[in-house]
Amino acid sequence: MLKTTPFHERTYALCVSHAWRRWAGYIVTSSYELSHEREYHAIRGSAALFDVSPLYKYRVRGKDAARLLDHVVTRSVQELKVGQVAYTPWCDAAGKVLDDGTVARLDETTFRMTAAEPNLRWLQDNAAGLDVAVEDVSESIAALSLQGPASRAILDGIELNYFRTIETRVAGIPVTISRTGYTGDLGYELWVSAKDALPLWDALMDAGTPHGIVPAGMLALDVARIEAGLMLIDVDYVPARKALIESQTSSPYELDLGWAVKLEKERFVGREALAAEAQRGPQWQFVGIEIDWSSLERLYAEAGLATRLPATAWRTSVPIYAGTEQAGYATSGGWSPLLKKYIALAHLRSSWTAPGTKLEIEITVEHRRKRAVAQVVKKPFFDPERKRA
Amino acid sequence: MPKHDVIIIGGGHNGLVCAAYLGRAGRKVLVLERRERVGGAAMTEEVFPGFRFSVFSYVVSLLRPEIIRDLELPRHGLHILPLESTLTPLENNDYLAQWNDHDQNRRELARHSLRDAEAYDEFGLMLHQMARAVKPLLAMAPPDPTSLSLGELFGMKRLAEHFQGLGAKRFNTLTKLLTMSSADFLDEWFETEALKATKSASGIIGTMLGPRSPGTAYVLLHHYMGELDGVFRAWGFAKGGNGAVSAAIAAAAQAAGTEIRCNATVESVLISHGQAKGVVLEGGEEIKAKTVVSGADPRRTFLQLVGEKHLPEAFVESIRRFRFRGASAKVNLALGELPDFTCLPADGINGRRALRGAISISPSVAYLERAYDEAKYGEVSRRPYMDIVIPSMLDPSMAPPGQHVMSIFVQYAPYHVNGGWTDERREALGNSVVETLAQYAPNLKSAILHRQVITPADIERIVGLAEGNIFQGELSLQQMFFLRPVPAWAKYRTPLAGLYQCGAGTHPGGGVMGASGRNAALQILGAA
Repeated sequence: MLKTTPFHERTYALCVSHAWRRWAGYIVTSSYELSHEREYHAIRGSAALFDVSPLYKYRVRGKDAARLLDHVVTRSVQELKVGQVAYTPWCDAAGKVLDDGTVARLDETTFRMTAAEPNLRWLQDNAAGLDVAVEDVSESIAALSLQGPASRAILDGIELNYFRTIETRVAGIPVTISRTGYTGDLGYELWVSAKDALPLWDALMDAGTPHGIVPAGMLALDVARIEAGLMLIDVDYVPARKALIESQTSSPYELDLGWAVKLEKERFVGREALAAEAQRGPQWQFVGIEIDWSSLERLYAEAGLATRLPATAWRTSVPIYAGTEQAGYATSGGWSPLLKKYIALAHLRSSWTAPGTKLEIEITVEHRRKRAVAQVVKKPFFDPERKRA
Repeated sequence: MPKHDVIIIGGGHNGLVCAAYLGRAGRKVLVLERRERVGGAAMTEEVFPGFRFSVFSYVVSLLRPEIIRDLELPRHGLHILPLESTLTPLENNDYLAQWNDHDQNRRELARHSLRDAEAYDEFGLMLHQMARAVKPLLAMAPPDPTSLSLGELFGMKRLAEHFQGLGAKRFNTLTKLLTMSSADFLDEWFETEALKATKSASGIIGTMLGPRSPGTAYVLLHHYMGELDGVFRAWGFAKGGNGAVSAAIAAAAQAAGTEIRCNATVESVLISHGQAKGVVLEGGEEIKAKTVVSGADPRRTFLQLVGEKHLPEAFVESIRRFRFRGASAKVNLALGELPDFTCLPADGINGRRALRGAISISPSVAYLERAYDEAKYGEVSRRPYMDIVIPSMLDPSMAPPGQHVMSIFVQYAPYHVNGGWTDERREALGNSVVETLAQYAPNLKSAILHRQVITPADIERIVGLAEGNIFQGELSLQQMFFLRPVPAWAKYRTPLAGLYQCGAGTHPGGGVMGASGRNAALQILGAA
């Protein structure tokens, strides 16, 4: 049977919509309320609390911990200072992305790695001959994500820089807090022993209530992460381990993660292939797309309808055209309630990726496939100063 | 003018498939079946009042989707109910379950080994790719690598190109699969004993080889082939038992104008001037036709129905050497109540679910290999491997309400048992099966209302499969592809003009696949 997270007792009581979904073998909330709208606006307007316990978490400890992680991920781990966190993809030998997540240096020889997929075997297999222990702490550590402009105040004005982490206490409960998240907003993630999960939830809800904290589910998160231009595994890319055919795989360069590939590192999995690709230039790129409102309006008007917008973010593959040629495909998209724009994340052949390039995206209007004008824009769509400040 | 264009000897599923394809192409076909009903080893019988059994073959896993499609089998009554899990009870009262839900399966495997839980998906992907690499071979008549004829060379070229297209990594894996034992191959992937054992079991089914015998890794892949067509849901239990599969194919054949005669034993093939002209039935009736197709196994076809004197010596020698060595038995139980496995009680949700799937008695590779060791020296395994299904859990019409039928595939029960098969040996086999199973499900003994035990000798006697081999000849590497059944005669043809073979003794082999019947029909139609 499916698992419930350590916060289930609380989330279950709050989930009046009964809208649950699966995440890594757990059931989590799609939206607590009947609509996810208020939950979304809390992310951008006050504070939203997410249960992100289903993330896979590994504790990597030992003299060679940094060496192992440096060998596995594409970013430089040796350079990470204690208390620093890095977002990074990691690849197979062919330089194709296996997964993406964060690596946090908790002390000189201890790291915490988060991942969307199980990676214990991969880490262990790459640790041959190294003095390092990899422990799967996915079930023993529960995680909450507190996101939104009020999140700092709720954490008592915590002083913690972007992508830094500290061990501290919240209402007397030992937690590790990192200034990270999946919303592109000011926000924090809290890592806590599973046995302390419920008191931590209660403490945050108590402290957050005056600031308008709202428990939020995956539907609201999906809108926010698209606005933030953050890709989602299995939706925006197929991890190399699951790819049935070569063309389903993606390199970091093709996912707009070239900045996270440190070719200066002497050795890491996939380096040779990535170095070759860096020289050649990627065939595909992962970009932001904005769908033109008046074009959309016209298509609906032709059918005698007012313009319709998707009620939630979508996660399907939608063709994008440049004239008669298919330039690529969008993999997630939706209406941004804040920006008042219809946006999408898309894979395009490199020749079509310059910002401002005019393309067309397929839209089904009254059972008929039409094309709306769309243009390539810079990601992230939404990037408030408070995110880093 | 003969009334029929084609006579098919044997109304097993391959004979029926062949008949249906020929019939649909406009041939007038007559199927002659020795027994009182068609189906061969794919048949359902009410063995005890109210209890219906798939007496011999008991699941559908490999039936080719193109046959289901071409012959419109669902329209002719085929309904395959999915078997969704495999339960392996362990000797320490724990269990290993493989569920069809990805999350649930991963969690269950992680209970035994986190590493195996992660390797499982990659292993599945690898097998998927390997199955894709081999699958095109199943639908083709295998080219003869020793022939210099243009057609054969062209076939080899196509094959070579196909393998080249795989790329080095996949080709290397395929080579491993072709040469390794299933246990060694699985050792490269997993550490959980019960998982390795249960997976390796499909590499030994029906074969006098153990999980540590080289070549068994390929057989594992052979059985995986059915899962490739997952969307077709060709893996499961046919509603009404495997007889329903045969009945659907027979109905398709009849709809295509095929005439089926039961209780018609063919005594010999009529031959004149090196050409098959028809058949002679027991009692002397002669039936003529331009083409004769044998669905019987190669030994019966050539050494009994045709006769050595009509065949080249070397060919006869090869047929003599074709190995059968039946290795498995079947125990069918009528149960007054469900078995209750100590490791996963039937009153729980998962326990109930597990009884709707397969149950595998394969706690470790050593257990299986030990079972094989005994058989190697002519004994029946005291603690045999078993593959169990409870069809009445999926199709309640198989048993009276609230009661059940249990089908137990048992290995090893060698055809060449020391001292030969006797009634005592049969009963002893039945007893050790029940004893073994009762260790895991203690209420089994008291739940048994009736018991039917079928030895390899019984299979040979009743269905006519030589040495009781369920695949009409061992599915081992040296008897596959262009070597099945005999080098240079792997294309459903025979040294006699007008005589063809369509049984599982030809490429690609057994498993209620129907591919031999279809390929043979296409070969016959191509020849005309």
